Amino acid sequence: MAFGRNERVRFSKIYSLSCFRPSTRDEHGQIGQKGYSRVVYCNDPDNLEAVQLRYRGNYVSTTKYTAVNFIPKSLFEQFRRVANIYFLVVACVSFSPLAPFRASSILFPLVVVIGATMAKEGVEDWRRRKQDIKANNRKIHVYRDNSFSERKWKDLRVGDLVKVYKDEYFPADLLLLSSSYPDGICYVETMNLDGETNLKLKHAFPFTASLNGDNSFHQFKAVVKCEDPNEDLYSFIGSLNYNNDPHPLSLQQILLRDSKLRNTEYIYGVVIFTGHDTKVMQNATDPPSKRSKIERRMDKIIYILFSTLISISFIGSIFFGLRTHRDLNQGSYKRWYLEPSRTTVLYDPKRPVLAAFLHFLTGLMLYGYLIPISLYVSIEMVKVLQSIFINQDQDMYHEETNRPARARTSNLNEELGQVDTVLSDKTGTLTCNSMEFVKCSIAGVSYGRGMTEVELALAKRENIEQLDAANTSNISDGHTVKSGKSIKGFNFSDERIMDGQWVNEPNSDIIRKFFRVLAICHTAIPDVNKETGELSYEAESPDEAAFVIAAREVGFEFFQRTQTNIYLHECENGKKVDRSYELLNMIEFSSARKRMSVIVRNAENQLILLCKGADSVMFEKLSKESQPFEDQTKNHINKYAEAGLRTLVIAYRPLDEEEYKAWKAEFLSAKNSVSNDRDNLVDAAAEKIERDLILLGATAVEDKLQKGVPECIEKLADAGIKIWVLTGDKMETAINIGYACRLLAQGKKQIVITLDSPDINALEKLGDREAITKASRESIEKQLRDGRSQLESAKSSSALIIDGRSLTFALDKNLERSFLELATDCSSVICCRSSPKQKALVTKMVKEGTRKTTLAIGDGANDVGMLQEADIGVGISGAEGMQAVMASDFAIAQFRFLERLLLVHGHWCYRRIAMMICYFFYKNIVFGFTLFWFEAHASFSGQPAYNDWYMSFYNVFFTSLPVIALGVFDQDVSARLCLKYPRLYQEGVQNILFNWPRILGWMFNGVLSSMIIFFICKNSTIHQAFREDGHVIDYEILGVLMYTCVVWAVNCQMALSINYFTWIQHFFIWGSIFFWYVFLVIYGYLKPKWSTTAYRVFLEACAPSPFYWMTTFLVVASTLLPYFLYRAFQTRFHPMYHDEIQRRRSEGCEEETPGELPGRVKDKMDHLSERMKHSHREI
Amino acid sequence: MNSNPSTPMNAHAPSSSSGGAGSPDSNTPRRNSKRPKYSRFTQQELPACKPILTPKWVISAFMLVTIVFIPIGLTTLFASRDVVEIIDRYDNACVPGSKSQKVQHIQSATSNKTCIRSLTVRKRMKQPIYVYYQLDNFYQNHRRYVKSRSDQQLRNRGDENDTSTCKPENEANGMTIVPCGLVAWSLFNDTYSLSTSNSQLTINKRHISWKSDRDEKFGSEVYPKNFQNGGLIGGGRLNESIPLNEQEDLIVWMRTAALPTFRKLYGKIEVDIEAGETINVVVENRYNTYSFSGKKKLVLSTTSWLGGKNNFIGIAYLAVGGLCFLLATTFTIIYLVKPRHLGDPTYLSWNRNPGGH
Repeated sequence: MAFGRNERVRFSKIYSLSCFRPSTRDEHGQIGQKGYSRVVYCNDPDNLEAVQLRYRGNYVSTTKYTAVNFIPKSLFEQFRRVANIYFLVVACVSFSPLAPFRASSILFPLVVVIGATMAKEGVEDWRRRKQDIKANNRKIHVYRDNSFSERKWKDLRVGDLVKVYKDEYFPADLLLLSSSYPDGICYVETMNLDGETNLKLKHAFPFTASLNGDNSFHQFKAVVKCEDPNEDLYSFIGSLNYNNDPHPLSLQQILLRDSKLRNTEYIYGVVIFTGHDTKVMQNATDPPSKRSKIERRMDKIIYILFSTLISISFIGSIFFGLRTHRDLNQGSYKRWYLEPSRTTVLYDPKRPVLAAFLHFLTGLMLYGYLIPISLYVSIEMVKVLQSIFINQDQDMYHEETNRPARARTSNLNEELGQVDTVLSDKTGTLTCNSMEFVKCSIAGVSYGRGMTEVELALAKRENIEQLDAANTSNISDGHTVKSGKSIKGFNFSDERIMDGQWVNEPNSDIIRKFFRVLAICHTAIPDVNKETGELSYEAESPDEAAFVIAAREVGFEFFQRTQTNIYLHECENGKKVDRSYELLNMIEFSSARKRMSVIVRNAENQLILLCKGADSVMFEKLSKESQPFEDQTKNHINKYAEAGLRTLVIAYRPLDEEEYKAWKAEFLSAKNSVSNDRDNLVDAAAEKIERDLILLGATAVEDKLQKGVPECIEKLADAGIKIWVLTGDKMETAINIGYACRLLAQGKKQIVITLDSPDINALEKLGDREAITKASRESIEKQLRDGRSQLESAKSSSALIIDGRSLTFALDKNLERSFLELATDCSSVICCRSSPKQKALVTKMVKEGTRKTTLAIGDGANDVGMLQEADIGVGISGAEGMQAVMASDFAIAQFRFLERLLLVHGHWCYRRIAMMICYFFYKNIVFGFTLFWFEAHASFSGQPAYNDWYMSFYNVFFTSLPVIALGVFDQDVSARLCLKYPRLYQEGVQNILFNWPRILGWMFNGVLSSMIIFFICKNSTIHQAFREDGHVIDYEILGVLMYTCVVWAVNCQMALSINYFTWIQHFFIWGSIFFWYVFLVIYGYLKPKWSTTAYRVFLEACAPSPFYWMTTFLVVASTLLPYFLYRAFQTRFHPMYHDEIQRRRSEGCEEETPGELPGRVKDKMDHLSERMKHSHREI
Repeated sequence: MNSNPSTPMNAHAPSSSSGGAGSPDSNTPRRNSKRPKYSRFTQQELPACKPILTPKWVISAFMLVTIVFIPIGLTTLFASRDVVEIIDRYDNACVPGSKSQKVQHIQSATSNKTCIRSLTVRKRMKQPIYVYYQLDNFYQNHRRYVKSRSDQQLRNRGDENDTSTCKPENEANGMTIVPCGLVAWSLFNDTYSLSTSNSQLTINKRHISWKSDRDEKFGSEVYPKNFQNGGLIGGGRLNESIPLNEQEDLIVWMRTAALPTFRKLYGKIEVDIEAGETINVVVENRYNTYSFSGKKKLVLSTTSWLGGKNNFIGIAYLAVGGLCFLLATTFTIIYLVKPRHLGDPTYLSWNRNPGGH
């Protein structure tokens, strides 16, 4: 981008925004006081006073822990969980004689579990640290010793002078001194900060702007006094003391860390805030953490188990107390072998109450196995693995943007399977947000042959079965044209215009003006790719880019912008002519004005105002006479809107010199005014020149529906998920998009709630606010009532459509209830013209009103509130920056992937986690209750039935891996069938796999299993010899026998309840059982000092006894019987939905996912095609 | 120049427009594609067997259990039936009177505790015949009791003073007790001598304990010391000249029982006893079970391949087998009478009425 150094005209004059936007005085008066105490000695970081200030360096650390505090801090984090505290207390108490087993055997699982979680934290933190290291070691040119040299980011100090080149990130918050542009402007992209992709203009002070050479800084010294570090991105208060002259600083001179320099060769700046003091770091807060419903319910189950634990300990201690009390019988001791006369307080029959109380504590420890210590860590591991599967899913990878799906948190995987309502943004989410110029109306003639998807849907709706031949051919033509040369942003085909044919049209003059407006009236910046010579544009919005491209394609190629001029290649009589337009003023677009204008002087020295804007404001600005085609244009605009297109009206106005001069003075003074209502003054000035416009025509830009959106929405609706579309569009557009993406259908009843009724409009004209509010509220109330009755009379499902203004009232406390009731009974809801805040409010209302899971999906910064409010936020990583993705829990590239994310991954994850938790409680109840039954036969003395180490390994080795395999791999039906039978999803929505009957059922099953295990073991082994050589069963052997039965029963129960056996499941389940024997053998071979009661117990005593094996076999079969029977009856009499599908599959009604080929072949083919593309490019 | 640009564009070329769509990915060639690698593992398409409960499976599972369990049950019942077992409860018979009298009698050092019992053999008993004593209501699994021992001390002479776990039976008269603790202290000390009408039956007491106990848990160097010398005398005494690993009664006793009713091996008789013979037992009834109302029984039993006499496991096998047979027939009948037809399509497809669920 070559700009002449001697062009002295400044952009600042052209742009309405002033570089000297003065702040109100009182703010600046605060400088030097509390909160505004920062002093920066520019280009003089070694200044003694500067050194004394001890500002932080530019070293940034986003890690949660440091090497020093990792251990204490992460430990502290761990023990914030109630269950972990319980285990810690137990571990501490276990050093006292109260403990039923050795302290080490309690500590071990706790250490393993805590260690695993800490390791996970550590790894995550290490990743952050690596990112930090990368950021801290980026290179930056710093002015030291009178020259610029490369340094690392982290070595930067406050007051350093730095030079940043094009496309580099700013290393700290900088004060802009000068840039490669003579007037010291530069363009900045702030995507990382606020997600906005448009470029922002920054201005340096004119007196520093001249310092734009490496050598101009020898003498440069200045002092900045400014606010202390804070997180407000949109304000900055400070002053620059240069040559003893204070100048107020504003955000216009501040370049924020992590934004990027664009379209500017280089800038010079002074570091003001470093490291953690920068605005972006001050803003870095963790998004609100969300917990899934299942996890919340899990907490309740833990409480249930806690109370079970307490009650059985209590029962135990009562019995223990009674037994102990009875040992003392009229002065003599009954159970003399316990020597009650010389006992400790723990067993003292003279103080049975105290003994019972202490025993209660022992019991809490002993039955602590009811609380699964490893549950949390297992769930976390499982969820991390699940999210890896989500990330790795090829079917959610988007080729064009090269983006796979990303689970940004793993907390909510199972929540994906329970979504009841999807709240979706429209632009960029349902649609591509890549605007395509498809139609235009010029001089009352509509051009553009293509049919939009919405039009196709419309045509279908109106039952036009036979599209006339011309149209059909046109569509196919359009497609072939597209495949021939597809230009992003341009999908316009009309032989009357293209290929220079427009000159032959009757109104060619107007057409020329029309496209000239498109080519000139914008803020885009051309960018020539040096290698290919291709021209691309940096524009604030995709709409604008589409216009410039359209103009280029027609023959008005905008190729250069200087500060003062806009250069076009124009086609004049078949020849290419360069034309330049002197850019005099630009009145920018704002959402209030809804239009933008430029004032240019053309080569013929004519002054022209070019204007484009929304129809609602533009038609008022047209001159009252001689608009020959106003009606046609309005007509066309309505048609375009119906076709789901975005329209803009294009107009111009020739100005005469006198008028312009007068206006210019006014405009400048408005711009330079110091008062608060400066913006109003500027707007008023703009009003004055933007009038009496002459209509040229209108443009229609299509925001195409994303691929697969209608199918996806239909699938989701089939799954019983309600879909709400929250859009800022007009009602007509929204309804049409609704049809296009099959939210609405012909047979569906539409309930429309709007305030666009004659009487309200009439009231509005009168302008009585209170009356309007009152009337509006009454009207909404009535419409809601009517809607209710309509809904009741309607047989088919209905859709609710409501506009933003009505929404304001409907969200009111009084009406919220009835609105929600109406909305939840409709299968789909469309809210048009809704603001970001309303989106978040609606989300909140649905979430809190229905108490069901909501999922919000969106792509832009305006969706962030909604994403964070919803139970699950899904970000579309599309064109509108990363803001939404950053705020989301899951990121996908296309809306259509939502189908797979919910119906497949969501369903699976829900199922897995639900089953896993149920099973986890089952297995711990089995174990805990066998201990209890044994206690009942040991006079509740607190002697555990098993060796200490068997117990501590129970949750760690013998039963944990199969559960994890269940949580990670189980699938009831394959992905294909999940998608084929979307109704399966309702299992999650209705939460039938994790409802209380099911949870309690599993718990009951656990108690039952433990009873079967204990009583069979007890009765079959009671007192007789259990081997041919006459040995009897003792404490050690009964422990092994029972434990074996538990391990078998629990693992086989798992095998019975999962639906999906890969080698992994087989390996873990049978491996766990096998490992128990291996463990027994190895442990039994240790010296008796270590192995204590397990010494040789398996090889010597158990293994040779047929009795041992037969009991195991009997117990396993018996424990499985109840569940098997239950399932058999259930699948027969009350099958669940997945049972049905499984049955169909097994009976061959469903072809199994066709073998190994497709996946692999597909992958191969993708690879091949990629290679082809490469080679193509290289050729 | 023609207004129609001749710039060749393909779908993947860098976009000509922008919207800041400056996704750097689309500009760089596909070399750093983020496409997830295909593997059957990551795509969750591993070959798997997916068992489901079809009627066929349910019925055959039940039948299988029936077929396996009933024979096993019968075999074990037969094995158990072959075992000859004589049980004689002698605690009441040997000491008449009320409970307090009994306690007094048993605690008295001078009373005559010999007691004669005679047992009739109903069925031929093949050697080896195992002699057990059975105690009832004796909580050898009480936590205080189980813990009150020192394995270190039993194993190793050097660790003689390692008695902290044995309190209060860790020392007597200021000297360490070997073996210490409640378990050893309460050693069972009734003795039996058996004879038939024509001969004395020798009870072999060798190898009635587990080999591992003798080899590793009880030291050959460790001799009883200061045992039963305290103020309270518990159970039996030990010969201080015999090392612990040869004191098999002690070893058996110290292998604590799991449940309050238990048998412990007393010895083996290595001759057959014919049916109809009467065995005379001379019981030295010294052990106090009267305080806690425990029973004492003498048990003579042969063993089968499965061990001693217990019908429970056989019956349990038969019961489970029988139950499964019942279930199998029930399900067969259900499926025959009311077969469940597949593919009611209305059931499988969402009926598009969200209010309908």
